[in-house]
Parts: sequence; C-alpha cells; structure tokens
Amino acid sequence: MFRWARLSIVCLTFLGGNALAQDYLSALNELGRTATAAELSAWDIDVRPDFLGLPPGSGSVAQGEALWLDQCASCHGDFGDSNEVFSPIVLGNITEDDVRTGRVAALTDPSVVRTTFMKVATLSTIWDYINRAMPWNAPKSLAADEVYSLVAYLLNLAYIVDDDFVLSDENMEDVQALMPNRNGMTEDHGLWSVNGVPDVVGSACITNCSVDTTITSFLPDYAMNAHGNLRDQMRHYGPLPGVQTAPTPQLSVSQPAQSDSLDQIPADLLAVSGCEACHQVNKALVGPGFTAIRARYAGADASAYLAKKIRQGGQGVWGSVPMPAMNQLDDTVVEALALWLASGK
Amino acid sequence: MPVGVNDQEGRLRPAPESFLSEELISEISHRGVDKSRRDLLRGSFAAALAGASGLTFADDPNIVNVPEWSRSLGKPVATNPYGQPSPFEANIIRRQSPGLTQTDQASVAFTPLQNLFGCITPSGLHFERHHQGWVDIDPQRHRLMINGLVKKPLVFTVADLLRMPSVSRMHFLECGANTALEWGNSAVPTVQYTHGMLSGSEWTGVPLSLLLERAGYDRDARYLLAEGADGSGMTRTINLTGALEDAIVAYGQNGEMLRPEQGYPLRLVVPGVQGVSWVKWLRRLEVGNKPYATKDEASHYVDLMPSGQLRQYTAIQEAKSVITAPSAGQKLLNQGYYCITGLAWSGRGSVRKVDISVDGGRNWQEARLEGALSSKMLTRFNFDWVWRGEPALLQSRVHDDTGYIQPQRAALVAERGTRSIYHNNAIQTWRVSPSGEVDNVQVG
Ligand code: HEC
Ligand code: HEC
Repeated sequence: MFRWARLSIVCLTFLGGNALAQDYLSALNELGRTATAAELSAWDIDVRPDFLGLPPGSGSVAQGEALWLDQCASCHGDFGDSNEVFSPIVLGNITEDDVRTGRVAALTDPSVVRTTFMKVATLSTIWDYINRAMPWNAPKSLAADEVYSLVAYLLNLAYIVDDDFVLSDENMEDVQALMPNRNGMTEDHGLWSVNGVPDVVGSACITNCSVDTTITSFLPDYAMNAHGNLRDQMRHYGPLPGVQTAPTPQLSVSQPAQSDSLDQIPADLLAVSGCEACHQVNKALVGPGFTAIRARYAGADASAYLAKKIRQGGQGVWGSVPMPAMNQLDDTVVEALALWLASGK
Repeated sequence: MPVGVNDQEGRLRPAPESFLSEELISEISHRGVDKSRRDLLRGSFAAALAGASGLTFADDPNIVNVPEWSRSLGKPVATNPYGQPSPFEANIIRRQSPGLTQTDQASVAFTPLQNLFGCITPSGLHFERHHQGWVDIDPQRHRLMINGLVKKPLVFTVADLLRMPSVSRMHFLECGANTALEWGNSAVPTVQYTHGMLSGSEWTGVPLSLLLERAGYDRDARYLLAEGADGSGMTRTINLTGALEDAIVAYGQNGEMLRPEQGYPLRLVVPGVQGVSWVKWLRRLEVGNKPYATKDEASHYVDLMPSGQLRQYTAIQEAKSVITAPSAGQKLLNQGYYCITGLAWSGRGSVRKVDISVDGGRNWQEARLEGALSSKMLTRFNFDWVWRGEPALLQSRVHDDTGYIQPQRAALVAERGTRSIYHNNAIQTWRVSPSGEVDNVQVG
C-alpha cells in the first residue's frame, strides 16, 4: 500500500512536524508539470473499442491495396496470408455464418490456423495497432487516411466489406457490427483481478494419491538436439552436467587435413571441443571470432603457435580476458584446429 | 590426470568420464545405458578402482602441483570496469528456442534457470521478450505522460522521477506464455525452454499511486492504459484497482538502472501480473473507465477455450513451481545425495508450502523454503534426496497463501484444453532414468 495518506504519515515522523509535512507535500507537487495540448495530441494516440480517440479520415479498399502491396506485402504476403514473418492476418477461414453470429466457428477446429481476423473482436484494435506499430520497420509513419485504407483492404480480404468500400470514422461502428468474432470474447474468468476465483485447483493429497503415472509424452531422440548440444548448456564441472545430444563426434581427424578442405569450418570438431562456449565464427563472444583469428594469422605459418595457445591458453593478445588451457583435447584435434585457424588467406 | 577417489560405497569421483573413451561416453549419454554398455562401464570402473588401493586416495595434481593462479600476479583492479562473470561461465547464457518465432525482433530469449541459484535473476540473464526489437533510449530525452481521467495531465522527466520518494520491492516477472509450448506434449528439452520466461528482481521506482494522486485521478476509474515508447508502442490495459495497491513506475533493477532490454529508463512493474503488462520503455499512463482491447489483448494474450471462446484480459499469474535441478537435459553424476531445488511463486500472494514427489505425484513430502517469503516473488525451495539408481519422476507442487494449490497437468487440460497458449501453471514432471539422465515428460 503506497497510499498518499500512508506516505505522508511516514514522512511526518521523518520530518517531525505538521508544518514541515505540508511543506513537503506541496514541494513534491512541484515535480512534473502540466502537459500541453500539442503534447497530448502527439502522444495520446490510442483508439478504444468505442472509438474514443479515433481521428477523422477515410480510405478505400483500392487505396489500401496499393499501399499494402507497397509497404506491407513484403512481410505479410499480398493477401495478408503469409506466415513467413508473422502468423497470417487473414486466410479465408471466416464464413458468412460467422459474420452473422459474431462467433468464428473454426476456432474450435485445431486443424485451422488462427488468424488475426478470426480472433479479434474489436475493429478499433486493428486501426490502433496499424497506426502505432506498422509497418514494422517504420512504425508511426502512416497518415490517418492511409490507416483507414489499409484497414479497409484487410476487411475486404476477410470478406467483411466489398471491393468498392470506403472506410471512415463515420462508418467504423457499422463495420464493428460485422466483425466475425465480435461475440467471441469472454471476461468470465478469474484472472483479471487478484481476488478472482480460480477455475482449476490442485489436489492436496499427500500419500497414495490416485494419479496416473503413465508417461504420455516425452521428447523423441531426434528432437533432443534441436536446441543445440545440451551438454554445452549446463555447468560442465557441476554435479549435474548436460547430456550430450549432438551427434557422435567424428574424431577420425588423424589424417592431416587436405589443403582444399581448410576453407571449410570444422563445425563438428568445434562443437565437441568446447570452443563454442567462448568463440563464434564470425563475431567476438568471450574470445575473438574465428574469422578474425584466421585473418590475423593469414600467411604467417602460425599453426604451431596456435596449437600451443589452444593447449596452454593465455591472454593479452586480444584483450585481458584469458583463454583457459584446453589440455583435455587430443593432439590430433588441437592440431587440426590450429591448422584450420592458421590457414586464413 | 584423472583422480580415482573411492569411498565406502566404492563410488568414483569426479565424473567417471575420466576413465571412459569419448565414443563410449557419447554413446551412453545419447542412448542411455543398456546391458552391454553397462558391462563395459563396469570394466572401466574396475580398472580405475584397481589403481586406487582400498581407502587411500591418489594424490590430486591440482593440489600437489600448485596451480598457476597461485603462482602469479593477478590482474589489476578495474580491468573490467563493469565486471563480467568468469570466462568459465561463458556458456550460462540466454538462449532462443529455434523455430519458435519467425524473426529475432518479435521473439524470446530464455533465462537459464537450471544454472541459477537463490531467487534473484542476474539482470544480464533476465529473459527477453520483445515485439518490435529493443531500443536504447536517451534518458535525457525520455518523458512520462499521465493523462485521461485526471484533473491535470502531467509530464515528468526522468530526473523528476528519480527525485521522488521511491520504494524497492522484490517481485517475480513471468511471461503469460511461459510454458506455452508444453500444453499439448513435451516439446522442449530443458527447463530453460519450458519455464525460462521467468525472473525475480528487486525493482526500485515511484509508487504508481503517488503519481496518480499527483495528477488527481478519477476515483471511479477502473482501468489504466500503459504505453511504451518503442516502435511497437506496446499498450496494455491494467486493472487500476489492483495497480494502486502495488504497481511501481520503476527505473531500478537489482541496484542499477534497468537494462535496455528491460525497458531503460522506465518500466511499469505490475506485481503478480503477466510480463506483457509490465510495459517497457514506458512513456504514457492513461486513466480510463473502459478497457482498451489493444492488439496484445485482442489478438494475442487471449486464452482459447475448448468452446471456441477467448478469455480476454487474463492477467494474474496463478501459483506455479518448477524443479530447476535436477532437470531435463542434465544427468546425475552418480548415485548418492542430491539436493532437489527449484522455484515457486504466486501472482496472488506468497508461497505457503512446496511439496516434492519423486514418484510422479503418488506421494509427497514438504520441501524447505529458503529466505524471506515475499509476496508475488520467487521463493527458492530445497529438498534432500538420495538417489540409488532407481527410475524416478520428479514433481513439485506449490500452495499459496490464498489456499490455492498448483494443479496437475491433466486437471488443467480437462478444463482449458491444450490450445489456450497462455497461463500454463501445471505441475512439471522430470523423468530420471537409471543412467542418471533426466528428461522432460508428461504423465497421465
Ligand atoms: C518488416 C516486416 C513487416 C512489415 C513491412 C509490416 N509488418 Fe505488420 N507485422 C509484422 C510483425 C513481425 C508483426 C507481429 C509483431 C508482434 O509480434 O507484435 C506484425 C503484425 C501486424 C498486425 C497484427 C497481427 C496480429 O494478429 O497481431 C497487423 C494488423 C499488421 N502487422 C499490419 C501491417 C500493415 C498494414 C503493414 C503495412 C503498412 C505491415 N503490417 C507491414 C511485420 C511486418
Ligand atoms: C572459456 C573461454 C574460451 C574457450 C572455451 C576457448 N577459448 Fe580460445 N580464446 C578465449 C579468449 C578470451 C581468447 C583471447 C586470448 C588472448 O587475448 O590472448 C582466445 C583466443 C583464442 C585464439 C587466438 C590466440 C592468439 O594468441 O591469437 C585461438 C586460436 C583460440 N582461442 C582457439 C580456441 C579453440 C580452438 C578453442 C576450443 C578448443 C578455444 N579457443 C576455446 C577464450 C576461450
């Protein structure tokens, strides 16, 4: 509780007198100042479901289509249906029945991809969001009429308005009455307020509880490495090291690397040798990037030096952070890595 | 180089890896230990044991050969004017889940919970979730505006706010979509990816109520719109009645200014409420008498129910807990003592009790709770466990001070289905196999 009253009591005791407390209260009120009208109109851009905050203007489906192709299609697809950069905005899963009832029936069908227009109940949401955040790479660059036209185009793609439709502040409410999922939201749940009533509560059972302990799901072997080698994501020296999930390392590097293969990154070797914790190929992490190392020693016949550095570690060449001795590695591994690192051009 | 240390149990330390060939290790750790591999292992262990005689210990070269750091002059002060973790911890980092999002700016990087201690998340490891990238805001040029149903719309500079009376409070921050990938099936391999959109920090700033009092807010208003200054202009409707109790306009996190990824220089802290409402780069607060249905409370952060209805304005993070170690992707080094440790929290209050089961929820025992039990903050729990190689199913279950108990997954799914994305606070199961490997499973 940080109520004003509480706060002034705290400070009263602190300052030791009513007069002083009064002083303090009014002094505090000197911090911050009244916002000007121009400041308010610059920042107060939100549009509410009842369209409070909506600026006047209008735009047609045709204007919207041209703008869309120019500024939005590269990410969302010509018809707003791409999932390349983000989930689709429209896909044609909305029926006339949905528009009539205000409930999108396909939301109960797990095989149907959920699009923006299947979910959003309020037209203001689309207007407000495009106006404040799109295009993604240049937000807040659209004029009000442009936003109207883009919303008109999307409504058209969602079969809510016709090809010749012109959207404006005058008819937003009419279109709201057609939003396919306008009746699809519920606030009947316990998660709005801290005092809300939970829908599901667990059991307090302590012994011999009747639970089904059959394993119903686990990660298949082939998925274990999808997040990289888990071995590298735990503390190696701790009591709970990571599971090796990378494919079995190819340690048959005893045959000296051929000169023509030296341009290739020995990814497997790097992965199993623990270098990636500190080095990336193209940029500095804890240690310098391997590309930078290769450039530095290009043509310098440095493979013996680098092999020694890998084995013994050291610091000061690239900065003050030390590289630890990697003396757990086989000689053949160290030599192969050193050869590759020394072969830059 | 390897040291064979044996005690009465004939146990070997450190990692038995020292005695095994690389091929064997990776075979075992990838596929678990079957009969033939187990025999091979036994052979290696026996050979190692033969080296160390009875109860005597081999000399540890790390002791008998005084290490180089004991024989050299160390680095000067301020070598790193802003300190860095040890280079040996360089793999303990935030990580993305490949394929989860199509871009890196509307994405997530998860906190490595499996590697952390206590209940404060280091600011540099605090998970990241952005909708339009993160920005570096110049605090000299940043402003906070308060408008809407107020007597006087106000503007504050960062200096104004830093000058005002401040509070410092410990609170957890959990993304509403934490554990979202696990509704239908086990999907990701470690606790970093299942639960890593979670953090605990000390937040410092000005009580929201103080600022709204100063502006003379309308006592009948029930809603607050919070808006960010980033490209997305992130906006969320906040429950004003709740926020007047404990929300903070924060600038400090764990003793320093907020990190840019966490909203530098200002972020709204809404204790107990999902992370998306803790608007970063906060520029404006609008007092209102109706909710706003912004994009991230109309198209996303709405919870789809089996009926096809979307629950809108779901905000509170209900009580939840998870064992962070041992957890999936880790492997128990050998048999013996382990401390089962983890985190518990509740968006409705404080943690009252945490139970642990090692048999998939049949039997439960109480864990120790560490530290002060702050409201709407992470609580660390610990539980002593001796593992003798038996298969186990580890679970934790939290009770909060409202009497709420964390549900089993099956109960939650029975009510909400598997497609609601947000607010998955089900009990998590980790399976320990006889090889010591731990993985992410679901039961029942
Ligand atoms: C550079 C890529 C890019 C461009 C260009 C772009 N967008 Fe987007 N758009 C996105 C991304 C990414 C999101 C999701 C952002 C997030 O996660 O909050 C998005 C979200 C949206 C949404 C909300 C969808 C939902 O359900 O949340 C709408 C509507 C939208 N864009 C419209 C537009 C319009 C109109 C334009 C052109 C003026 C445009 N976009 C240009 C990338 C882009
Ligand atoms: C714990 C962190 C860490 C690990 C693991 C690590 N390095 Fe390094 N490495 C560094 C640092 C820091 C430097 C910069 C040292 C310096 O400035 O002299 C470095 C430098 C190097 C250099 C440049 C040496 C020079 O003198 O220019 C090479 C080559 C190198 N590392 C190779 C490797 C290889 C190969 C591996 C894996 C077998 C590896 N490193 C593992 C931290 C690491």
